[in-house]
Amino acid sequence: MILAILVFNNHGKPRLVRFYQHFPEEIQQQIVRETFHLVLKRDDNICNFLESGSLIGGSDYKLIYRHYATLYFVFCVDSSESELGILDLIQVFVETLDKCFENVCELDLIFHMDKVHFILQEVVMGGMVLETNMNEIVAQMEAQNRLEKSEGGLSAAPARAVSAVKNINLPEIPRNINIGDLNIKVPNLSQFV
Amino acid sequence: MALKMVKGSIDRMFDKNLQDLVRGIRNHKEDEAKYISQCIDEIKQELRQDSLAVKANAVCKLTYLQMLGYDISWAAFNIIEVMSASKFTFKRVGYLAASQCFHEGTDVIMLTTNQIRKDLSSPSQYDTGVALTGLSCFVTPDLARDLANDIMTLMSHTKPYIRKKAVLIMYKVFLKYPESLRPAFPRLKEKLEDPDPGVQSAAVNVICELARRNPKNYLSLAPLFFKLMTSSTNNWVLIKIIKLFGALTPLEPRLGKKLIEPLTNLIHSTSAMSLLYECVNTVIAVLISLSSGMPNHSASIQLCVQKLRILIEDSDQNLKYLGLLAMSKILRTHPKSVQAHKDLVLQCLDDKDESIRLRALDLLYGMVSKKNLMEIVKQLLQHVDKAEGTAYRDELLTKIIAICSQGNYQHVTNFQWYISILVELTRLEGTRHGHLIAAQMLDVAIRVKAIRAFAVAQMAALLDSAPLLASGARRNGICEVLYAAAWICGEFSEHLQEPQQTLAAMLRPRVSALPGHIQAVYVQNALKLYTAVLQRQEQAAPDPQDAPPDADADADAADAPGAAQEAAQLLLERLPQFVQSADLEVQERASCVLQLVRQAQKLQARGVPVAAELSALFAGELNPVAPKAQKKVPVPEGLDLDAWINEPPSDSEAEDERPRAMFQEDEPRHARPKAQEADDEELARRREARRQEQANNPFYIKSCPSPQKLYQDAPGVDHIPVVCIDLSVPLRVPGLPASEQYVKLEEERRHRQRAEKGGRKHRKKDKAGRGGRRGGSLPDSDEDIAPAQRVDIVTEEMPERHRPVAPPKSPKKEAAAPKERKSKKPKKEKGRGRDRDRDRKAQALDLWLCSTPPAEPAESTALGTPSLDTEVPTAPQQPSEPCPDEGDREPEAHKKPHKRKKQRQEKERSGRDKKSRKKRAEDGPPLGTGALEEAEEEPLPPMSSYALLAENDFVRMTYEVRGSLQGGSQVTVSLVLENLSSHVLKSLELGVLDSLNARLARPPGASAHDGVPVPFQLPPGVSNEAQFVFSIQSVLTAQKLKGTLSFIAKNDEGSTHEKLDFKLAFTCSSYLVTTPCYSDAFAKLLESGDLTGSCVKVDGITMTFRNVLAKICFHHRFSVVERVGSCASMYSRSIQGHHVCLLVKQAEQSVSVDVKCADATLLGSLLDELRATLSAC
Repeated sequence: MILAILVFNNHGKPRLVRFYQHFPEEIQQQIVRETFHLVLKRDDNICNFLESGSLIGGSDYKLIYRHYATLYFVFCVDSSESELGILDLIQVFVETLDKCFENVCELDLIFHMDKVHFILQEVVMGGMVLETNMNEIVAQMEAQNRLEKSEGGLSAAPARAVSAVKNINLPEIPRNINIGDLNIKVPNLSQFV
Repeated sequence: MALKMVKGSIDRMFDKNLQDLVRGIRNHKEDEAKYISQCIDEIKQELRQDSLAVKANAVCKLTYLQMLGYDISWAAFNIIEVMSASKFTFKRVGYLAASQCFHEGTDVIMLTTNQIRKDLSSPSQYDTGVALTGLSCFVTPDLARDLANDIMTLMSHTKPYIRKKAVLIMYKVFLKYPESLRPAFPRLKEKLEDPDPGVQSAAVNVICELARRNPKNYLSLAPLFFKLMTSSTNNWVLIKIIKLFGALTPLEPRLGKKLIEPLTNLIHSTSAMSLLYECVNTVIAVLISLSSGMPNHSASIQLCVQKLRILIEDSDQNLKYLGLLAMSKILRTHPKSVQAHKDLVLQCLDDKDESIRLRALDLLYGMVSKKNLMEIVKQLLQHVDKAEGTAYRDELLTKIIAICSQGNYQHVTNFQWYISILVELTRLEGTRHGHLIAAQMLDVAIRVKAIRAFAVAQMAALLDSAPLLASGARRNGICEVLYAAAWICGEFSEHLQEPQQTLAAMLRPRVSALPGHIQAVYVQNALKLYTAVLQRQEQAAPDPQDAPPDADADADAADAPGAAQEAAQLLLERLPQFVQSADLEVQERASCVLQLVRQAQKLQARGVPVAAELSALFAGELNPVAPKAQKKVPVPEGLDLDAWINEPPSDSEAEDERPRAMFQEDEPRHARPKAQEADDEELARRREARRQEQANNPFYIKSCPSPQKLYQDAPGVDHIPVVCIDLSVPLRVPGLPASEQYVKLEEERRHRQRAEKGGRKHRKKDKAGRGGRRGGSLPDSDEDIAPAQRVDIVTEEMPERHRPVAPPKSPKKEAAAPKERKSKKPKKEKGRGRDRDRDRKAQALDLWLCSTPPAEPAESTALGTPSLDTEVPTAPQQPSEPCPDEGDREPEAHKKPHKRKKQRQEKERSGRDKKSRKKRAEDGPPLGTGALEEAEEEPLPPMSSYALLAENDFVRMTYEVRGSLQGGSQVTVSLVLENLSSHVLKSLELGVLDSLNARLARPPGASAHDGVPVPFQLPPGVSNEAQFVFSIQSVLTAQKLKGTLSFIAKNDEGSTHEKLDFKLAFTCSSYLVTTPCYSDAFAKLLESGDLTGSCVKVDGITMTFRNVLAKICFHHRFSVVERVGSCASMYSRSIQGHHVCLLVKQAEQSVSVDVKCADATLLGSLLDELRATLSAC
């Protein structure tokens, strides 16, 4: 079982917080903060498993994370999940985001938190892995987006405003992160944070 | 900036979508909270709109705010509204918000049942999908019960997209509504063979989760899973199944046998590391569950270890970590296969990743053997030197100790080496594990007899070395090793080469900065050392010319005949500072030891040999007690351990009233340990069962290696060729000066042993020469490495007819608690005239010494009554009791019962004093210096060191100033406040104008002009005492401080603010601290010539000389060093360490006082004060 999926940036700002067990909001924030501090201390070239101990769930739970440019993707899982499997799952999730947002960057996650949630819902459901096939996930997402478009969307043209922001004077210092066979370009957003 | 342009449109209400909100928050970094609360207000307005689009937009924004930590449960109803929208876009937003914030406690959740049911049966698969996803997050027992049927139908939906979600959500439904499991299970099982891989995977997922909770019920599915495992190509599914098998094999060993082959095939064929790893893990679980039997095991084990080695050698840290993790599981059952990869594990200690290093350390623990222990520890020590960060270094340290001490030191062959390792570890900076090292030192020194001489030498060196006394060491707790060092040196002092030197090291002034319990051990063992010195001298003395040829005498040859006297002198000189200690234990022991040494010195001066008597204090051999020794004690005849000692409490009242005749004294003592034992066994059994369970559970990740048991039955390692250490490799590594030579020595020793073996000589001369073997019931090792020393006892396996432990006459039993044991005897021998109140202690002692035995009856009436103040002994006030409470002697100070602790303590103390005095009377001559023994009849007038400070209608203040050697340059002002009015006085505050010389210690953070609150209120007529600490710059002159007591006086009519000004006088005498001194030290002091002298003479004194001395002692805090006729020498010391010596002579009607003092100014001030006191006589 997956207990929680957290995405935050290098400064600890939450970008996605998904708990599969109820915690009051302040506890959620505390967990995010503590997880961030745990993860921040670790170099990029050391192992990606952390025995979270008392943080959440107790000793049976582990934190498994990956660091992509400005973002940390942290999964808190119990011992029924394979460590390497979850690492692959994080990879699948990020690659799916990349496909859905076309070169995903932190800004996409910031401005489209709802969409990120919808994508995640196709990967993990109620704490259990639902689908690991990226093509299947993307296909389902596209079908739902088409449905939404036919209904006119939530508000008139959210994409326009964002693309305007995207094209402003963002410092274009792309970083190439090698995730498998894919290159995600993630601009450095430090001045935004 | 362009963002600013966008901001214009942000402020338009109802138009703000999620992106605008995010942008707005990012633009309001400084006042984010304010901006958000503004947004929440807007959202509340939006939620009041009719348009669902607006509401959905608002809910979407709320979901974002929820992520930032804002509670959005107040909008639960609106969320439900949005969930019920017909448009998919809105519905999805609604369900997302619900899944983020709904939980079982959300009350409106019951309103959703019908809506969800409608959505589940919606023709649009995405409506259904969204509802299922949402429901999976907030399903409640009610929802599960009401919707279980609908979801079950969906499991057979035509669309795989719906099927897989429906299958997956069933797990949540089962959890909340277990009754649904039975009807749904057949369908769930069907789904294992669903044509769609997604659905199949979901079904496997659900069953794996269920099986994890209760594996037994799912054994029947094993064939199905087996088929899936051999047919499926989906790695996710395979991993899940293989993990499931890991949980199932402990229940069915036959399954394990069947699994081995396909798993090995998978290991060989797969390229996915995740799958490989899980296969290895499950193979390990299978092998653990099979325990023994299959001959081709080793092949599988070899395969696993080999694959794990590949993982560990991989550059990917994750694989390395997991490899080590799995390796530690193998280690528990097949240590040998892992030991072959020691090099790899040691390599991992160099890894930059700390979690990997820790894993490697765990592995090392199980890998040591007699053969490689020294080498491994040597490497670990190198890592200790290199390690950055104390946390990891501490971890290394504990591991080194754990590795060496595991299984009763079964791997340690040379304890000299181990002691040197321990000594080396003490050099670690900043470690927190001083107590751990200390415990090991004690343990080894006590249990390995042959090592004692060596250990004592090392410990003496430790005591001598300065770094452990440094303040850093004290803070970190490494100074704990001094506890062990001092105890070992004292206890085994017969092995000590130069006891005097060690004694001197133990009595260094800096010792008094150590924690109290260590000082206590120092004091106690100083006496043992003194005894040892004395013993040697007396053995040598009878005939110095032809000294006995034993080793002790040889050592003695160097000792001057006066060695014992010197040692005694040293003790008498240095112990007083321990007598002054704030720690009760130290104080008590120091007083005991001081008196003992004095007595011994006196006897010795008369030529009476005392060494034998003194050493009788510490006689007896320490015998470690096996943990189960109690079982060997035969149950006394006629004792029924199962019978009730006391009848269990019964309901009938009649029984309660029965006399307590059934109470038998002896039984509880025997019965209790037995009951405990039974409990222990029960506990042990449960523990074992639990461990078994954990061992067999592959999901139990935390490895808690307890492998020595397993190792014991492992076949021998004789066949392992012992590799000679290539001596071209430098064995001396800088930083390992002492211990590593043993590695070399050990090698040589083993060579020698092997040579002997080869020659078929079965003599055991080596061992016989090296140390006792007796009692060592260790399992005979199958390695051909014989230990150089043996651990003395310890296993449960004691001979059945072992003599009962705990005979009452054996004084040394508890090896672990040497100090309790020792403290009793000296106490009996010596009067228990010691004082709990440290400031007053010495003074009381001295006055007690210079006074007559007091009139007991008067005092006992006072003591017999529960409150101290009901009756004050007015008649002969014993000077020996100058300070039970001076406040009490104040005419009005004792109208109300005081309940303060201090007074209680003093009551106890005076009780004790009384007892000791009684005892003295019985025992004949007292043990004190005996200078002032003659009984003089004249009563001493009551004395009080409390002087009136100020008084008005409300309050009277009396005070006393006392210096303390402990607190540096500080004096404590005890202020007795007595309420004279009918008002309640509260908010008392003491304000003092600090001078350059004296400062009131204020609570941290208070400024120099703040007052210090008095920690109590005063009801009418009550008095109470408060203490204030002043720090003093110079003690050379007397001075006065102005101050004000402010308080609120309150009665029925109202309250008024009141003030009382006062002048606090610090006399020079108040900076003196009563310090006992001994005549020889006193003489030395006078001879030193450091002191300047002056004289004062006062005529017309009618008081007896004894009373004059008592007065000087009391008011000026001197102690009598010696008194001869009408002449007495007295000594005191200032809080800054100035010595003050007095020679008081009485002639006809006059008293002259010669004062010698280290400082002329102080001398002058003191003279004036003495003159004033004497004039009043």
